[in-house]
Amino acid sequence: MMAPALWALMSHWWRNPIQFFAVIGGLALATALWCGVQAINAEARASYDAAAGVLGEGQYDQLVPRTGDTISVEDYIALRRAGWLVTPVVEHRFGAVRLLGIDPLTAPAGFAGLSAFQDQSNSFQRHSVFANAKTAETLSDELDIVVQLDVADGLAIADISVVQSFAKAKGLSRLIILPNQPMTQPLLEEIAPGLKRLAANQTADVEQLTDSFHLSLTAFGMLSFVVGLFIVHSAIGLAFEQRRGLVRTMRSLGVPMRRLLVLVAVEMGVIALIGGTLGVLLGYLIAATLLPDVAGTLQGLYGAQVSGVLEFRASWAASGIALALAGTAFAVSGRLLQIAQMPLLASGKSRAWVMARGQRSKIQGFLAVALLISAAILAGITNTLFLGFGLLACLLVGAALAFPLLVSKATQVFERRSKNATVAWFWADTRQQIPGLSLALMALLLAVSANIGVATMVSSFRLTFVGFLDQRLAPELYLQVDTKDESAALDKYLTDRGFESLPLPRADIDVQGEPARLLGVRVGPTYRQNWVFLDQIPDPWTDVKMGKGLIVNEQLARRQGLWVGHSVTLRQDLALPIVAVVGDYGNPSSQAIVSESLFADLHPQTPPLQFGVRTNDPQSLRTALVQDLGLAHNAMINQAQIKSASLEIFERTFMVTAALNVLTLGVAGFAILMSLLTLADIRVPQLAPVWAMGMTRRRLALLELARAVSLAALVFAAALPVGLALAWVLLTVVNVAAFGWQLPMFLFPAEYAGLAAYTLIAAVLAALWPVGRLLNTPPAALLQVFSNER
Amino acid sequence: MLLEFKSVTKSFQDQSGEIPVLRGVSFALDAGETLALTGESGSGKSTLLHIAGGLDTADSGSVLLEGRKINGLPDRALAQVRRHQISLVFQQFNLVPSLTVGANIRFQAALAGVLDPAFVDHLVGALGLQDHLDKYPEVLSGGQQQRVAIARALAAKPKLLLADEPTGNLDEETAAIVLAQMLALVEDTGAACMMVTHSPKIAGQLGRSLHLKAGLLV
Ligand SMILES: Nc1ncnc2c1ncn2[C@@H]1O[C@H](COP(=O)(O)OP(=O)(O)OP(=O)(O)O)[C@@H](O)[C@H]1O
Ligand SMILES: [Mg+2]
Repeated sequence: MMAPALWALMSHWWRNPIQFFAVIGGLALATALWCGVQAINAEARASYDAAAGVLGEGQYDQLVPRTGDTISVEDYIALRRAGWLVTPVVEHRFGAVRLLGIDPLTAPAGFAGLSAFQDQSNSFQRHSVFANAKTAETLSDELDIVVQLDVADGLAIADISVVQSFAKAKGLSRLIILPNQPMTQPLLEEIAPGLKRLAANQTADVEQLTDSFHLSLTAFGMLSFVVGLFIVHSAIGLAFEQRRGLVRTMRSLGVPMRRLLVLVAVEMGVIALIGGTLGVLLGYLIAATLLPDVAGTLQGLYGAQVSGVLEFRASWAASGIALALAGTAFAVSGRLLQIAQMPLLASGKSRAWVMARGQRSKIQGFLAVALLISAAILAGITNTLFLGFGLLACLLVGAALAFPLLVSKATQVFERRSKNATVAWFWADTRQQIPGLSLALMALLLAVSANIGVATMVSSFRLTFVGFLDQRLAPELYLQVDTKDESAALDKYLTDRGFESLPLPRADIDVQGEPARLLGVRVGPTYRQNWVFLDQIPDPWTDVKMGKGLIVNEQLARRQGLWVGHSVTLRQDLALPIVAVVGDYGNPSSQAIVSESLFADLHPQTPPLQFGVRTNDPQSLRTALVQDLGLAHNAMINQAQIKSASLEIFERTFMVTAALNVLTLGVAGFAILMSLLTLADIRVPQLAPVWAMGMTRRRLALLELARAVSLAALVFAAALPVGLALAWVLLTVVNVAAFGWQLPMFLFPAEYAGLAAYTLIAAVLAALWPVGRLLNTPPAALLQVFSNER
Repeated sequence: MLLEFKSVTKSFQDQSGEIPVLRGVSFALDAGETLALTGESGSGKSTLLHIAGGLDTADSGSVLLEGRKINGLPDRALAQVRRHQISLVFQQFNLVPSLTVGANIRFQAALAGVLDPAFVDHLVGALGLQDHLDKYPEVLSGGQQQRVAIARALAAKPKLLLADEPTGNLDEETAAIVLAQMLALVEDTGAACMMVTHSPKIAGQLGRSLHLKAGLLV
């Protein structure tokens, strides 16, 4: 009994291939988007790791030789024996490539390239050198190179012994001091007097910034999956509606209800598996296309073992298929319930048109209003991540539910306003179609909103990130000295030669009993031009310069509730007003910034040991400083290089996200196409009377096209506020809940205009095929409507 | 005795209250016997037929099929009864639109696991459907579709064929031909047949006739 019954159920798809395609395609696209976002997230993470690798090298205190370039292994061993937790680094230049030897066992977590070793599944590759594809090309064939995408450009990482034997050198270049040291340890001077300690530099640690970006991307991954689910839901709904008669016939022929439910569940399970599998493959393809670096040809090109982001990961595949199954189960469960409750003798006629009317739309409207009100309330009180996502859910579901009702109302108004009979019919007819199109409309609304949200978020993120790098890495060269005399000499040397010298004295202080770091700055064009504030009085730098105000970072402001206008006590007799709050995305600690001279007043014993320098030619200044002042090479950091490397890495992620955006819109276009196609059969009887009354098929077809455009325009009009609200929630609510700081939101009207154009184009493209079919409907088919009326 | 109704009652709930439709109906049908059920529109003929076919349940009284009480059986058991003992032919044709004519004819027999290709061929020939087997139902005329429904019902070799105005949707001429073919095949297979009809002429072609009025058989 099972086989013929299953066959009869499945034959529906055979006879209605477009519906089948809609279900499979919807599932596949939903899954593909999910997987694609996962892949891109993984790629982005790898990029950030690479960026952090470049930035992170300077984030630890280090020991370097006072003279010469090498540290003896004996010194290293003596330090370890004495309880100093240090890890050795050997650096060797090979052309343009910096070959970095590290000790994977003792290097701190997150240290440059350490992840390269950990990512290797064959645990520990002692003899390999890790570099990205571009760098690998320029490296010597002698080395056993493994291509690892998340290693920064121009950097190759290997075990310390590999670098030592390649460089034919025995000594060590530097020792990194691990963050957590024993409480007591002998003085450095006693154990290794030939070494000096270099303090960690104040560069940007972008980890928090990127975590925030991932959180948002993941939210959008979920969203694109939901968009896909709408397609599945509407296609499955239609298929079930059309098979009501079949279900009843099968039961009257003796198929028990239970058996029928099992059959339908099995049928949909099989379909979900097919769609999910296709989706995983498609997602893999999308990711591979979007991440050109990951072309599978790497292996052949470089003769190097390829590893890295675009492995086919079982975890994506599993999560993709699980989502496809869960989504289908969600879409089907309601339908199964309907079958179970459907009386055997009920009318087998399709109720598709009755469904969305009356009570149902009242409940829908009520739900939508309730959800939107909850969203508004949550927006006011949300302070946890959980509530943040609750807020997102309320906002999106509420907007989606409200939308078809609003469109219906709008068409009613248009109909009443129209003076021409054809136009009035056009709007009335549009309204009649809304129940059938409502799921597709919701999908399009969500897709376009998500697009607006993504565009806003990504672009805001980019502006913030670039601004932040500009601010923190503005001085091209970053220098470090050891003594007060050296400090004064360096400052004089730079100033005499017309360089903008930016001394950076720092001291640990207390602000209202909480630890904070006080920084002194030499106010000048670099600060005035590059610093972007979250809040400020007009011209804050002048007040800072004159010692009449100070700047705090966002962390301090939020932690202590001190904002612009409040004042901070720096000394018993000195309380200064806060003149600006600066966003600080690379640093969890509180900071206050005053002028150089005020700093010297407050902490006369603390000379600036770090300097930033503005120069167009960092390389020659570097050489000059070594020659004239005897600065060690490793006391100078080329920040311009770091900045351009980081920017390039981020640029890749942004491009990928933009491509993903277009894809989401494509999916929504697909949803409309499928809805229109599946509705096409029902359209013929609706259009036949109008045709009989003398409207040409051409005219009808044009009106159908006009309908698609007007609906798309309505969608965009609604999506703009929803999308902006979405971005706002992510940037200012979810992010604050997750990380304690807020990403500023910027608006990008040009991008929105582009999106509006895309939306209209997607709708027109989706409508073209059904309209073409209508144009080609033979008059006989239209006539049949009248003869078929029983 | 194949089918027996004992004091069967049935009423429906309505906004205006309870409408009694069957008020104690009793009759018996022997194997191989043919029976016409007549009565005014709304007199409860279809309701009686649905109860006999296990599609609907009686409020009280009992319905026995081959001596076994079928009213009150769970869905599973009723489905089994329909699969193996009873076939139904309705006024609307209830074909599966996504299956070809041939697949539709084989469908019920296949569900019951009693598919006999030679017998199906015989039915197809007798009903003149041989040229239409690979078509889909939607392109057939009403008379052809009803022949497909009849072939489907008989291919399962039921002991009892229940038909509710099987020719009600057909013109008089076609109706007569389809009915004659159906009755000939019923006699061939030795199935019992209970048929609801408005037409005294059709009722006259069946072995026995019952008239339903005010919820009672007269
Ligand atoms: N599901 C139902 N709910 C409520 N009332 C019903 C239902 N089914 C039938 N009835 C009522 O029961 C009565 C008998 O209906 P039934 O369909 O059996 O009549 P019938 O004799 O077959 O009529 P016809 O010759 O027009 O087909 C009618 O009054 C009908 O309105
Ligand atoms: Mg009837």
